[in-house]
Amino acid sequence: MVSLPAESPQASDHASRGRPVTRLERRSRWRWHEILFWLAVASCPLVVPDDLVLASQVLIAGLFALSLDLLLGYGGIVSLGHAAFFGVGAYAAGLLARHGWGEPISGLLLSGALAGLLGFALSFIIVRVRGIALLMVTLGVSLVLHEAAVKGYAVTGGDDGLQGIVLDPLLGLFPMDMWGRTAFGYSLAVAFAGFLLARRLVSSPFGLALQGMRENGRRMAAIGAPLRRHSALIYTVSAALAGVAGALLTQTTEFVSVEVLGFQRSAEVLIMLILGGAGHLYGAFIGAAVFMIVRDQLAAANPEYWFFWLGLMLVLVVLFARGGIIGGIATIAAHFRKGGSR
Amino acid sequence: MTSVVRNLRAVAVLGMVAGTMAAGTMLAGVPALAADPVKIGLILPMSGPFASTGKQIEAAVRLYQQVNGDSVAGRKVEVIVKDDTGVAPDMTKRLAQELVVKEKVSVLAGFGLTPLALSAAPVSEQAKTPMIVMAAASSVITTKSPYILRTSGTLPQSAATIAQWAAKNGATKMYSMVTDYGPGIDAETVFKTRFAASGGSVVGDVRIPLKNPDYGPFMQRAKDTAPDAIFAFVPSGEGASFMKEFAERGLAKAGVRLLATGDVTDDDILPAMGDAAIGTVTAHYYSAAHPSPENKAYVEAFRKANGGLRPNFMSVGGWDGMHLVYEVLRKTGGKADGDSFVAAAKGMSWTSPRGPVAIDADTRDIVQDIYLRKVERQDGELFNVEFDKVAAVKDPGKGG
Repeated sequence: MVSLPAESPQASDHASRGRPVTRLERRSRWRWHEILFWLAVASCPLVVPDDLVLASQVLIAGLFALSLDLLLGYGGIVSLGHAAFFGVGAYAAGLLARHGWGEPISGLLLSGALAGLLGFALSFIIVRVRGIALLMVTLGVSLVLHEAAVKGYAVTGGDDGLQGIVLDPLLGLFPMDMWGRTAFGYSLAVAFAGFLLARRLVSSPFGLALQGMRENGRRMAAIGAPLRRHSALIYTVSAALAGVAGALLTQTTEFVSVEVLGFQRSAEVLIMLILGGAGHLYGAFIGAAVFMIVRDQLAAANPEYWFFWLGLMLVLVVLFARGGIIGGIATIAAHFRKGGSR
Repeated sequence: MTSVVRNLRAVAVLGMVAGTMAAGTMLAGVPALAADPVKIGLILPMSGPFASTGKQIEAAVRLYQQVNGDSVAGRKVEVIVKDDTGVAPDMTKRLAQELVVKEKVSVLAGFGLTPLALSAAPVSEQAKTPMIVMAAASSVITTKSPYILRTSGTLPQSAATIAQWAAKNGATKMYSMVTDYGPGIDAETVFKTRFAASGGSVVGDVRIPLKNPDYGPFMQRAKDTAPDAIFAFVPSGEGASFMKEFAERGLAKAGVRLLATGDVTDDDILPAMGDAAIGTVTAHYYSAAHPSPENKAYVEAFRKANGGLRPNFMSVGGWDGMHLVYEVLRKTGGKADGDSFVAAAKGMSWTSPRGPVAIDADTRDIVQDIYLRKVERQDGELFNVEFDKVAAVKDPGKGG
């Protein structure tokens, strides 16, 4: 039992041994702390009115990490090149806005769809490889796209970035402002919508099948689950969600640089997810928040050597808090509880 | 039991949220207490591949305040340094926004590379905040907001000068090698047109990637076309590895000369380049060996304050940027709003460690002498020794 609380949603479900349907119902019920979490996020404009730009970028990073969580935390499919989809979404949104399609919401959806399409196309390769080969394929794809963006100077602006993105006001009412108010509201709405989708997905029968795949793919195959179809589907959904996150970054910053496709972005999103805790949904947002706020604070306090402290923090979290921040705290909580009941 | 676990987990999550929020609140910072200082938000690459640029500029800015005091026209001048890692334009933009919104800075300054400056330009325009570009060198930057001023230089200034010198001094076939981003493309374009106009021909050209460049194969390709000379531009800090490959591939032995913009023989790393660099002719706006009393005092003070580090052209951009801020405040009597600041800065001229400079009243870009220099050994150290100059060069990249 000691090791189980780290994955308490699954643990409690195993323990209850109810019918699958009631189990799913119970899992999809909103808990009070979830509502509190989103209320807390939504209160940012009141609590930290000067930090909305950072807050919106945290939400965008969180949404991106969430897309990876679906893939890695639930589907058990590793990816070292998830920035490929983020970047495709970012460039699609940028190019649309630059060439006259300034309406943000349709631009966002189109960009997400394009990234999803790329994900779907790639899924034919992805479902055929596992392990190290999978890492290499995903890494390779993102490197290829990154180089293409650097070389395609005429279209992408290469290393100078995509300039001249002009966006219509959101819903025809709210232009992007200096204080990041519109950016924050927009990011929050999109991140919440993305979260709802992800939450619905993982608490559906399809979500259970995914977790089965993660735990034991062979057994799932033996009971007749269409593994490749599941993999392809989750890969497509994850890619589309990552593309939406990328498009959101473009639309809120009105700028695209080749870094959106860079390896560093793929690595960072993985770090955020592991830091927060993979397979928890909230781990993505908490990891993104901790990573970006700590980075911001360290970089302000120590502009030259802050990477050192960031690295140290990551090593400590991975060593002493397995399952990320959520997992670690749950483990500590479980120990206290055990001590108390004795 | 499990429900208790679940509740505890909820508490844990809540704790995280609270922690996050608390960190966010801390971020909001404390309001300024002193009687209204003028704040300068200095955004520089302090880590990552272009950290040397950030280090040089920060050192020069600190030195300026050390020498000239930290207040002017009755107002204290406060510098806030932020690191943008040099390769993340979205971060530069966010930092610029935060500096304006949160710290209420009067001036944004720094900007190591062109993409970073371009991403912050809309912030300057929207907030009407003067933005002093101390490093980035693409022509186009100053056109992106009416509040941008530049105290570094532009690539076309150097590239046009070296092109004319090359044509006059017997080079007829040249090969162009530049880094593949804004300034490099500027340099290549201007070099080609100026060199062709002076009667030379460019027999080949190549653009080298900005990140993780391997110069070897490009050198080989250049050597195979057997030009009289190579024209080169690489960003500050990259010169050493460029020079190493130039020597190793035996281009000098094959009779190919190296003509470049001063970024290649950057003073910061020139001493480490060794004899391979000797004889390289470059055109640029600053050399640590510039023979003037102002420069002598500058180099001495800079070295003393920074453990013997030699100032390079990046540092002098930072120094002059601070000088511009101080002079403008003196002229406006401490008024630092965007419109008065830029109006006061237009047409201003002074004697910098690099020589006479001025801010062009039309383009807000810098007008300065471009020197022709040759790498020589002086007192046992390699220096860019100036032997000729073109006076008061405006940015040729703006058709001027």
